[in-house]
Amino acid sequence: MLAMVTGSTGVVVLVGAVFLACAVEMVEALTIVLAVGHTRGWRSAFEGTAVALVVLAALVALFGPTLVRVPLGVLRLVVGGVLLIFGMQWLRKAILRSSGLKAMHDEDAIYRAKVAELESVGAAQRDRVAFVMAFKGVFLEGLEVVITVLTLGTSAHRLGLASTVAAIAVVLVGIVGVVVARQLSSVPENAMKMGVGVLLVSYGTFWTGEGLHVRWPGNDVMLIGFVALYLLVTWTLVAYLRRERRLGEVVA
Amino acid sequence: MTGERRGPLAWRLVKGFALFWWDFLIGDTPELFVAALVTIGVVAVLRHLWHLNGVAALALPVLAIVALVVSVRRAVRGERRR
Repeated sequence: MLAMVTGSTGVVVLVGAVFLACAVEMVEALTIVLAVGHTRGWRSAFEGTAVALVVLAALVALFGPTLVRVPLGVLRLVVGGVLLIFGMQWLRKAILRSSGLKAMHDEDAIYRAKVAELESVGAAQRDRVAFVMAFKGVFLEGLEVVITVLTLGTSAHRLGLASTVAAIAVVLVGIVGVVVARQLSSVPENAMKMGVGVLLVSYGTFWTGEGLHVRWPGNDVMLIGFVALYLLVTWTLVAYLRRERRLGEVVA
Repeated sequence: MTGERRGPLAWRLVKGFALFWWDFLIGDTPELFVAALVTIGVVAVLRHLWHLNGVAALALPVLAIVALVVSVRRAVRGERRR
């Protein structure tokens, strides 16, 4: 019974982390592809996207089996360290945005900037510029998805599940993105980013400890404890910074 | 955009790969990178040299939280200076 509870805890956190991380990256990639497609035509946008997806698939095929062969202790320590850094970066950015100290990630503004950039380039270079922009957008955002899926999937010995969840997130966001077209700004991206940050730092803490042979009380259930702890810290930091900001405005 | 100006393709790929990892792990938050290394070092010492499993289990999340708070404070100070 205890083994079932601890096992399912790990799965729930894994699925949540992979799904949210992939959905956020997909929103960012889709914004760029939509800007390219609407401005320069869909052919180059689709070509750039397709080539980027092929390169990403090749990277998964190349590094996936290699990572599985790395001893689990070493893998969890390295992955834990990477997730700890990556998760804290996401969390820091989300905290600053939620407390109003940093501008929100505005997909509409990014869309307009990309359109303006594409329109300013001469007609002779048109297709190449559109292809490169779509490729770069999908490849760079996709690379973060690949790293998240490979690290979380291999460390939990659930690469198949992580890949499936990532694929579902990408397809779902893709469909929704196409339906709502340019209204990606309505996606609560910062809240999603905060959720991903909390989950990544929780997994990072857990696996760094596992890699260093720390025995966690309650084993996998400790993951839920970490999620609760980091949520509380995040909430406290946001509340404190908002209050500090308001007091600063009153004094000024 | 031309290859002649920016060196051969292999060099550009290696450089791009290195830049990606630099940006991914360090970027504009080098303090978080250093904090993660220090955290791993401290927990390794606590667990393997001093055999203090409980303290190591407590130190890991506490050090991560301290790193996050310090990094956020650093960003807030930076914003105020602007």
